[in-house]
Amino acid sequence: MLPAGSRAWIVTGGLLVPVILVVVWFTISASGLVPLYRLPSPQMVWDAAIDMVQRGLLQQYAAISTQRVLFGFGIGAAIGITLGTIVGLSRQLSILLAPTIGAIRAVPSLAWVPLLGIYLGIGEVPKIVLIAIGAAFPVYTTVAGALRHVDRNLVEMGRAFGLSRFSLLTTVQLPAVIPSVVSGLRLALAQSWLFLVAAELLASSMGLGFLLIDSQNNGRVDRLFLAIICLAILGKLTDGLIGLLERWLLKHWG
Amino acid sequence: MPASVAVSAPALRVSLRGVGRTFPAPGGGLKPVLRDVDLDIRPGEIIALLGPSGCGKSTLLRLIGGLDTADAGALALDGTPIAEVDQRSAIAFQEPRLLPWRSIERNVSLGLPRGTDAQEGRDRVAELLRLVQLENASTLRPRQVSGGMAQRASLARALARGPGVLLLDEPFGALDALTRLTMQDLLLDIHSTEPATVVLVTHDVDEALTLADRIVLLGEDPAAPGTGSTIRSILEVGKPRPRDRADAALALLRADLLERLGVESHHTPNYVTAALRKQRQKVGDRPTASTDEPTRPHVF
Repeated sequence: MLPAGSRAWIVTGGLLVPVILVVVWFTISASGLVPLYRLPSPQMVWDAAIDMVQRGLLQQYAAISTQRVLFGFGIGAAIGITLGTIVGLSRQLSILLAPTIGAIRAVPSLAWVPLLGIYLGIGEVPKIVLIAIGAAFPVYTTVAGALRHVDRNLVEMGRAFGLSRFSLLTTVQLPAVIPSVVSGLRLALAQSWLFLVAAELLASSMGLGFLLIDSQNNGRVDRLFLAIICLAILGKLTDGLIGLLERWLLKHWG
Repeated sequence: MPASVAVSAPALRVSLRGVGRTFPAPGGGLKPVLRDVDLDIRPGEIIALLGPSGCGKSTLLRLIGGLDTADAGALALDGTPIAEVDQRSAIAFQEPRLLPWRSIERNVSLGLPRGTDAQEGRDRVAELLRLVQLENASTLRPRQVSGGMAQRASLARALARGPGVLLLDEPFGALDALTRLTMQDLLLDIHSTEPATVVLVTHDVDEALTLADRIVLLGEDPAAPGTGSTIRSILEVGKPRPRDRADAALALLRADLLERLGVESHHTPNYVTAALRKQRQKVGDRPTASTDEPTRPHVF
């Protein structure tokens, strides 16, 4: 047994459950309990992956999906932080804007799809806009809420020492809400992948969402499994990036 | 101390004329907190504002610092009216109020006047950290230091701008008794190095006696309750510092102050409690009832 808490144990411990899952999967498909056209074997999914990589499709799909997520997430997070800062800091603007933003947030995200289709067509732009909509609200909500609850004593201290409104924001208020911002970003990133799949399921010719709908139409269950596994891996990797960002931020501001 | 201490501004005179402050009471209406405060503080003087909890000492301090605005009267530093968040004064709060994500050093530098040259600022902060004996803690975060150290950092931050008036809002109130004594001595050292006018809010009679040139007693007129606090008396301590905490003359002043605050002294039976005891015996009531007990200020 590796020592608890050591780096090696953290890595192997985290891989333990996926390995068990693959073994169980392998056993079930090998036993013939479930027909292969419903549950492909791990080998078949692997072969499908190799096949798609050789034809250059898998990496292209993964790349275009990641690109859409990152653009949409970036734009949405920026909008969310800006709106959250405005509403969190100004009582007046909060009275003016918060109900409207709340109402827009309440619209089920997929309701935007037909409108985006008519306004923006079926290219990259409507997909990125949809993802940005999905990413903006979690960030907006956490930032606005956290800014409203920044320690009043610290804010008064900043004021007493002659900080202007802007330096008060950058010196006291934003650093104080960094942990909330990071958890907002985490949520937003998960939302971004969700909206990506929604966007690609509805109208696309590339990407992991397209691979899902295309495989469903062709009855390629192996490729369906492949797409889902790719989404899991990419989602976890991008979440890891947020984790790195969090560590960097906390090192400087925590 | 190095000669660069000369960056501190000269101590300023504080004058208060008919100052009053009213707050909206919880549940509607208005609650007067301060009224008719007249006070002249000489440049370089140490003034202690003493009084029971809730008597408006901190409110008065905040008014002098321009953190709050008076409803009545005039406040001036060296003849110029006090502006909103007046930068000629600096405050150390009851709690250290340090930014938890900044080192002690960077917290202190927050107090530097805007637009201080970077190198000059670093020198000034280093010098202040030496003055409050934190030179070895400069890179630590606030949560890594003790309460006393955090409070010293807060003091250094207030001194960083070289204030003409240093406002201290019960800065040692949350510290343990021994640390408090050390901090009081440190404050006097600092005052001799950086002789700003000091206004100190305290509820500790001994602290006031150790530090202040004059002690300003705030409180309500018992004949007119609910009208807000005002200055009940001003006591000149009239002893050179440093003072022996066991000085007999101070002991007399202490007894006088405690009596004015309505607190029983340990030696003489207090007429208030004596009267109460008699009354209770007459009624035959439970002795622990708190409703009929007059609110007694917490002095220690």
